[in-house]
Amino acid sequence: MSDGGQVKKGGASREEAEEQVEATTKTTEDSKELLDDVDELLDEIDDVLEENAEEFVKNYVQKGGQ
Amino acid sequence: MAIPKYVGTETEFGIQVVGPTDVNPVLASSLVVGAYRSATDDVRWDHTDEHPLRDARGYAEPDAHEPPSDDELGLANTVLTNGARFYVDHAHPEYSSPECSNARDAVIWDKAGERILEDAAARAAVTLPAGSRVLIHKNNTDGKGAAYGYHENYLVPRGIPFPRLVRELTPFFVTRLLYVGAGRVGNEFALDDVPFQLSQRADFFEVEVGLETTLKRPIINTRDEPHADPERYRRLHVINGDANLCEVATFLKVGTTMLVLDMIEDDALPPPPVLREPVADFHRVSHDLTCRVALRTDDGDTVTPLAVQWHYLEAAKRYCKDRDLDPVTADVLSRWEAVLTTAEEDPRRLAGTVDWATKLELLEGYRDRHGLAWGDAKLAMVDLQYHDVRRDKGLYNRLVARGKVDRLVAESEVQAAITSPPEDTRAYFRGTCLAKFRSHIVAAGWDSLIFDTGRDALQRVPMMDPGRGTKAHVGDLLDRVTTPAELLDALTG
Repeated sequence: MSDGGQVKKGGASREEAEEQVEATTKTTEDSKELLDDVDELLDEIDDVLEENAEEFVKNYVQKGGQ
Repeated sequence: MAIPKYVGTETEFGIQVVGPTDVNPVLASSLVVGAYRSATDDVRWDHTDEHPLRDARGYAEPDAHEPPSDDELGLANTVLTNGARFYVDHAHPEYSSPECSNARDAVIWDKAGERILEDAAARAAVTLPAGSRVLIHKNNTDGKGAAYGYHENYLVPRGIPFPRLVRELTPFFVTRLLYVGAGRVGNEFALDDVPFQLSQRADFFEVEVGLETTLKRPIINTRDEPHADPERYRRLHVINGDANLCEVATFLKVGTTMLVLDMIEDDALPPPPVLREPVADFHRVSHDLTCRVALRTDDGDTVTPLAVQWHYLEAAKRYCKDRDLDPVTADVLSRWEAVLTTAEEDPRRLAGTVDWATKLELLEGYRDRHGLAWGDAKLAMVDLQYHDVRRDKGLYNRLVARGKVDRLVAESEVQAAITSPPEDTRAYFRGTCLAKFRSHIVAAGWDSLIFDTGRDALQRVPMMDPGRGTKAHVGDLLDRVTTPAELLDALTG
């Protein structure tokens, strides 16, 4: 990310710069939360997924329907 | 002004018994349906007005592949108080929803079917040896060459010439996979470059138009069995769609089709592009995750699936512009536009809205974490378990619990629809009579109920108009009468 460059660009006032830094930090936190969330979801899939996937998938045979 | 497009959906669920004994799928399906039915329930299905081999093109074609009807085989059948039929068809438990007047209700009663199957499978498992599980999947293929159906049924006026329906609907059906596709790992053609595709079912379609449903599946099915006054109506039997878990996908699948049918009826649809190879295009659209594959048209040009969908959406917006729009149709239009707009930017951002993108995101995450190749059985397992109807084990349902999927209706509405019929179609009469007088009903069908009131002859009540028999028509009467004889006297008197 080019945060540093953005902060300095155009001689922004100190306040603006602080705001931007804050915003950037927030975005990083958001994406971390998002990643944690995905991790939790994938943990959950590992928990509920049929244990012997290979055998289950092999045995999953349906009769043709409409 | 277009007539109301009453709609009902049919789902053949995948079924698998896991446990100490082998149970064949016909028996397993019968156990599931039987487990949901009370022991004293012997309401039969009334086949009097059923003619599945009658062809919309005006002739009857013998179909060697249609097996005998379930009743002939003595298979389980029940008609529910919500107006649905729950029975065994082609070695699958099938839930045929009650007739609905709009796309939102279609979502509610379609979703109620998932809950009914979840409950019925749990009850059936108890009747099997200890350690047995009955798993139900709302999917359309086993990934090994078998496909099973999800059908939509729309009431359309007989006055619309069938060839026109074929011409104006085919490009729409071929391209609506963008939101109708339920996602599938693999393909039927051993193509290495298609590890994942939009649709569960598209690869199984082989012809443009036809009567069959189990082999040589056609994009446009010609079954002409209206379950209504055949002079005035036909029932458009749409067999090319996937079964959806995502409510928005079901909503759009049904809602956009109703709108397109309205436009065709009212001559408000500008001619859509004519696809040169609709069947091959159906596969192409399904195999292309960008939604931008070039489809050849008969004027020598090409068109993308997205462009075809914009053609229909723009026409629908013009068609609806000066109308007093009901909220459901307005919601269909805005969600349709939102989906196409997102697909223009990046179709994968439809994750959480439509099934194929939701499933793909899940698969990609799982693949990355475990470093799996596309051919890995674990990914096929994730694909399969996405469709498991159990709310604690089905991966779609886990995503819902985590708030990762847009819901469109309240769970309380779905719960109510497990036992209650829609109030503004004839399903209200069917369902309410079954709730009130089940032991006096000998048989039920889409367009009739047969009562045994204790008199000499059985009495058949025809229900040839899907828009009659609503709560507004018969609610007071059904509240008032205490016996079926009183009801029939009032109806015939």
